[in-house]
Amino acid sequence: MLDLTYEAPKPRVIAGATGDWELVIGLEVHAQVASKAKLFSGASTQFGAEPNSNVAFVDAAMPGMLPVINEGCVALAVKMGLGLKAKINLTSAFDRKNYFYPDLPQGYQISQLYHPIVGEGEVIVDMAPGVARRVRIERIHLEQDAGKSIHDMDPHMSFVDLNRTGVALMEIVSRPDIRGPEEAAAYVVKLRQILRYLGTCDGNMQNGNLRADVNVSVCRPGDYEKYQATQDFSHLGTRCEIKNMNSMRFIQQAIEYEARRQIALLEDGKSVIQETRLYDPDKGETRSMRSKEEAHDYRYFPCPDLLPLEIEQAWVDEIAASLPELPDAKKVRFVTDFGMTEYDASVLTADVESAAYFEEVARGRDGKAAANWVINELFGRLKKEGHEIGESPMTARQLGGILDLIASDAISGKIAKELFEIVYTEGGDPAAIVEARGMTQVTDTGAIEAAVDEVIAANPAQVEKAKANPKLAGWFVGQVMKATGGKANPAAVNQIVAARLGL
Amino acid sequence: MSSLNTLTLADAREALRSGDTTSAALTRACLDAVEAASALNAVVHPTPDLAMQQAEAADARLKAGDAPSLCGIPLGIKDLFCTRGVASQAASGILEGFRPEYESTVTTQLFEAGAVMVGKLNMDEFAMGSSNETSVYGNVVNPWRRGNDDTALTPGGSSGGSAAAVAADLCLGATGTDTGGSIRQPAAFVGITGLKPTYGRCSRWGIIAFASSLDQAGPMAKTVRDCAILLQAMAGHDPNDSTSADLAVPDFEAMLTGDIRGKTIGIPKEYRMDGMPDEIEALWTEGRTMLEDAGAKIVDISLPHTKYALPAYYVIAPAEASSNLARYDGVRYGHRAKLGQGDGITEMYEKTRAEGFGAEVKRRVMIGTYVLSAGFYDAYYNRARKVRTLIKKDFEDVFAQGVDAILTPATPSAAFPLGQEFDDPVQMYLNDVFTVTVNLAGLPGIAVPAGLDRQGLPLGLQLIGKPWEEGELLNIAQTIEDRAGFVAKPAKWW
Repeated sequence: MLDLTYEAPKPRVIAGATGDWELVIGLEVHAQVASKAKLFSGASTQFGAEPNSNVAFVDAAMPGMLPVINEGCVALAVKMGLGLKAKINLTSAFDRKNYFYPDLPQGYQISQLYHPIVGEGEVIVDMAPGVARRVRIERIHLEQDAGKSIHDMDPHMSFVDLNRTGVALMEIVSRPDIRGPEEAAAYVVKLRQILRYLGTCDGNMQNGNLRADVNVSVCRPGDYEKYQATQDFSHLGTRCEIKNMNSMRFIQQAIEYEARRQIALLEDGKSVIQETRLYDPDKGETRSMRSKEEAHDYRYFPCPDLLPLEIEQAWVDEIAASLPELPDAKKVRFVTDFGMTEYDASVLTADVESAAYFEEVARGRDGKAAANWVINELFGRLKKEGHEIGESPMTARQLGGILDLIASDAISGKIAKELFEIVYTEGGDPAAIVEARGMTQVTDTGAIEAAVDEVIAANPAQVEKAKANPKLAGWFVGQVMKATGGKANPAAVNQIVAARLGL
Repeated sequence: MSSLNTLTLADAREALRSGDTTSAALTRACLDAVEAASALNAVVHPTPDLAMQQAEAADARLKAGDAPSLCGIPLGIKDLFCTRGVASQAASGILEGFRPEYESTVTTQLFEAGAVMVGKLNMDEFAMGSSNETSVYGNVVNPWRRGNDDTALTPGGSSGGSAAAVAADLCLGATGTDTGGSIRQPAAFVGITGLKPTYGRCSRWGIIAFASSLDQAGPMAKTVRDCAILLQAMAGHDPNDSTSADLAVPDFEAMLTGDIRGKTIGIPKEYRMDGMPDEIEALWTEGRTMLEDAGAKIVDISLPHTKYALPAYYVIAPAEASSNLARYDGVRYGHRAKLGQGDGITEMYEKTRAEGFGAEVKRRVMIGTYVLSAGFYDAYYNRARKVRTLIKKDFEDVFAQGVDAILTPATPSAAFPLGQEFDDPVQMYLNDVFTVTVNLAGLPGIAVPAGLDRQGLPLGLQLIGKPWEEGELLNIAQTIEDRAGFVAKPAKWW
């Protein structure tokens, strides 16, 4: 298989009063593991259930209750690691991160600080055809989600919903390899794409199933290259962490604001304080949540209720063998096998359903034509109505049928678009519709000749003009198409018009 | 048959199976004894109605010839075990009114084996203490007294209620838990047998956690055989406890052959402490002789890191406890402080925990929080873990050299007066000096009564065994029991 070659995108540069600044960004993405049961209990992870109905005794931290690891969640984390070409650690371990909050019943979160299940990997973040950023993944670890505190239901009381408590999250930690707001959003888009291809997370950002903490710092041009050469963080600026972002748009806005805030501080002769910040989308600004001094001392230590997590290489191999084709590979294959552009391949492989739809349309047909119809007609139409590919009223089989009618010259391109509209809105078998509604293209030369003669006979003045100026022959073609209800084969009409006019 | 409650568990089992008595009669005798023993303060939540129901059910099973090992046997359950619908408070104010909707694995197994529960037993709060004085219910009083001196003595801790209840014949056996000596020290202080099994032998599910990597449930009973019978029912793999071992449980009682010929018993020199009472020293020597006379080979051994065990224990156990006890926050169950105007969540936590926890629990939560905090973690917690590894290796080395079991004193003294050490935590912590190594190494350990001191108080010996070799350990303990011929009972004053 061919690999597409990429060049790295230019880092985002912000011109300050004292010179240029560059951005350095790293992300911690929390992806809810697509498991029906929680990480350490059998309780359901169903979204939108009655508050506090999906809660096992261990989730509520009842006295004496103990966690038991859900093997399914481990398998999905391993799968994700393999999808990011990462090292799978056959031995990992769980630690407790201790802090008090009402939506954290145990008083600690079980996480994997010291020995994560997945080690170093990478993500290729596509920015444009031929341009992509390689972002290194530092680690993926499994951890428990917290519950939900609700402060706006009562003026005097807060409420807690423990349904989410203990749900498995994968925290995917990147290296600071991202160099601009657009790249950061594109990175999350790419991760989401991979998560959904693998089925390891549904990627639903609205429900909070995919959220990101964004670390932002700024440096002078050249400093980042020094960091890259040495991996010495002292070449980079002090970072701030913007917590809990669940929209691509807000991620970009927050980074943009935060970078400018830091630059303003630095150019003012002040320094950036390492702290956790929150983005307020209404005001379009980040604000301090807690400084390093106020930061919790999480008192991490190995969770004594759980033995180290040991998995077998054979089991990892089994999972590896079950991996589906991933977006990068699929894209390369589409370019190579169907001769389409990298851009079209990117559009078609954006999600697994689109790619599968396209492949069904393209099977045994012209790939380029299939790509064209899927992208321009179908996606365009779906987008107009705000539908996803999964909601398409037209099946791949139906669209393939339309393509077959075009390929066999049974219908013209123009008719095909009409037919598309009919099948999209009314459904039905394209060939049967063409037959029933007499939409078949007229390729019978005699019939076309008769139509041409009729038009010529009715417009002697135009004939004279056309003889003087052959470009006007198109007018006759148009009249003939009109007269035949668009069903005449355009190539045949052209040819006969030209012959009859003696051009 | 007025003294049915004084039977051993094994004898009662025979009497029930042969139809000589009924569980109802036996249970009634124990319940009467419980009622008459309020001065001991051992049973803090008696469950007479439940007990009689269970007894009747057991009698029906006995009659039907379906009599599992503990059918109809009245037991006491340490308050640390969650028992469905019955107060389970870990002797703490913070769990005031807590009645779990679930049953611990150990008690489930005991009830499946036909056991009857006479009530929940007093203990140190969250099992933190060596004298039973940290309990929210007030201290237990040891049924034993010195000669004619009626000074109230401690039954030891934390399983002091279990120890006193068995010694005073309020039940035929009891559950205990042992994190640093909480079964063995009180067993020794009241002249009964107590076994801490190998870590992972009994499920911790449903037992209120103190220090998860050290906690282990075990039996406390009148004889070694009774402990074997109880352990049989308590032990076994539990998929709900990830640290429980997926190993077959051998027939412990069948292993009590009394034949220990050819066994090698190690005597660790590091357990000879400065200032140890000569009576303890003498008892240790007697134990050595008993085993030698029974055909065992005695060897002097060294466990060089022993002196670091106590400090390591008092870092690791509080560290885990500080995290395990974070859940007692007043949000979901147990005690919640009354809040004042303007109080928020922080005040709720602070007031609830300040009111709900006793002084010793607070002390350990603070120590644990400190040793885990940034900047101190490596100096304390990580170091203690390294010490723990070395202590474990000490034992592995001597076992690899052919030692089958290790003989030590169970405690550095006999039962002491209540109040004597309460204000001196460090002195109190020294009670665990012979027992904590076993927890740190995850090994089985058993305390067996072996004699009386000059003041007439029981003294115990400890045997430490190889992992998963509780059967062998019980058999060696049986030899000490046989040879020591310890039959003394406390004179009833309550």
